[in-house]
Amino acid sequence: MNLSLRALAIATAVLIGAGFALVFFHAPIDADQGFIQKIFYLHVPLAIVALIGFVVAAVHAIRHLRSGDPIHDARSYVSIHTSVIFGVAVLITGAIWAKASWGQWWVWDEPTLVSFLIVFLLYATYYPLRYAIPDRERQARYASVFAITAGAFVPLNFMAVRAAESLVHPRTFATADGGLPSEVWLVFLVCLAGIAALWWTLVRFELTAKRTSAQISRLRRALEGGAPSPGSGGVAARIAPGVAR
Amino acid sequence: MTAPPSTRSVVATILAKDLRVELRTLQSVPSMVLFSTTIYVIFRFGLDRTRLDGALAAGVLLVTILFAALLAINRLFVAEREQGGFEAIRLAPVDGTALFFAKAGALLVYLLALELVALPVFWLFFLDGGSGLLPLLPVLVLLDLALAVTGALISPIATNSTARDLIGPLILLPLLVPPMIAASAAGQRLLEAGGPSYDRYGTWLGVLGLYDLIFLLVGWAVFDYLIED
Repeated sequence: MNLSLRALAIATAVLIGAGFALVFFHAPIDADQGFIQKIFYLHVPLAIVALIGFVVAAVHAIRHLRSGDPIHDARSYVSIHTSVIFGVAVLITGAIWAKASWGQWWVWDEPTLVSFLIVFLLYATYYPLRYAIPDRERQARYASVFAITAGAFVPLNFMAVRAAESLVHPRTFATADGGLPSEVWLVFLVCLAGIAALWWTLVRFELTAKRTSAQISRLRRALEGGAPSPGSGGVAARIAPGVAR
Repeated sequence: MTAPPSTRSVVATILAKDLRVELRTLQSVPSMVLFSTTIYVIFRFGLDRTRLDGALAAGVLLVTILFAALLAINRLFVAEREQGGFEAIRLAPVDGTALFFAKAGALLVYLLALELVALPVFWLFFLDGGSGLLPLLPVLVLLDLALAVTGALISPIATNSTARDLIGPLILLPLLVPPMIAASAAGQRLLEAGGPSYDRYGTWLGVLGLYDLIFLLVGWAVFDYLIED
């Protein structure tokens, strides 16, 4: 497990390094927006990966409710956690891009960005929800119900916000002249793979860290000779007791 | 031993119980009516407008209904928690999802009762002509259904948490953005000063209906996990 996590981390570093090298030295400079358009290679993959991460969390949540196995809850939690962090990066890079190309830090008539903000606000409530339920087993169940509900919400929300836009900005992937040139696609796909690998590495890393800290606290309890008491495993064990197995 | 009652009869029984309790205690609906009237007064001064039309009219009406709904949603499962209703439904040989449908039904009735008063008051306070209100009714009913379904799904989560009244609105407000978008978009055209316009009216009703359907199905699928222990 550790070895494969290391291999995954190295692959991530290589992919992201290669992606950024391509962005800086190979990708063409946009005729309209100039150099700043290259933030596209960071912003869009982050957004795509974050949204897929939310869907992955919903799938884990369904498996958790079906099986009752806390490992699926831990995976669902870590998926949402990593995607929310990516979401912060999406909103920041989106604001920078908006400032550079439209002159304002925030634009309300860009439906994808607004949809993403609403999704982000919903998933941000996942933390207060979890920490407001002391009973571990119930916390896991309620968190899974939330993850499934929010997962169903994501496509609906994008549809509603898009429908509300009378003035739709030109989409990057569907421009009038038939889409992106092939070299842009190549660079974009390498960046997407790199960001996806980064997401996966961070999820695996956090799951491993949780399992390790749960093991440490179990060993510490055994050393102190006391009977294992519920709730003494620290935050990691509180969130993901099942990972300790 | 007799067969367990059908889900439909359990829903009817719980719904009748809730409505009877509401009629006797008058806990939710009168407060919602009072609250929404006060919100109108706040909007009158907050916006510094005495007459409203178009987007502003739709916004004031729909935001007021949304906030009034949050009051009822916060109280929806309080009796179940305090007087053992959750335990009772777990012990009884009935489908737990019946509680979801009954509570959504009760919330829908509360909201319709609220609008029976809040809509005429809104017309009296702010509108010059009332011709847009009739085609607004289907929009409001579908929005009420969205509030009822998501409210009945999220309320037990909030009620069983330690942060109670905080968690419900926190989760519900972002969750309710899509139906609010659709209802506002339809409403602002219906309440325009020059008379109602039906531009994309069907589209918005479709978005609202799809939202209601999806969250009805989600609630049906997952509600059982909220009441088991």
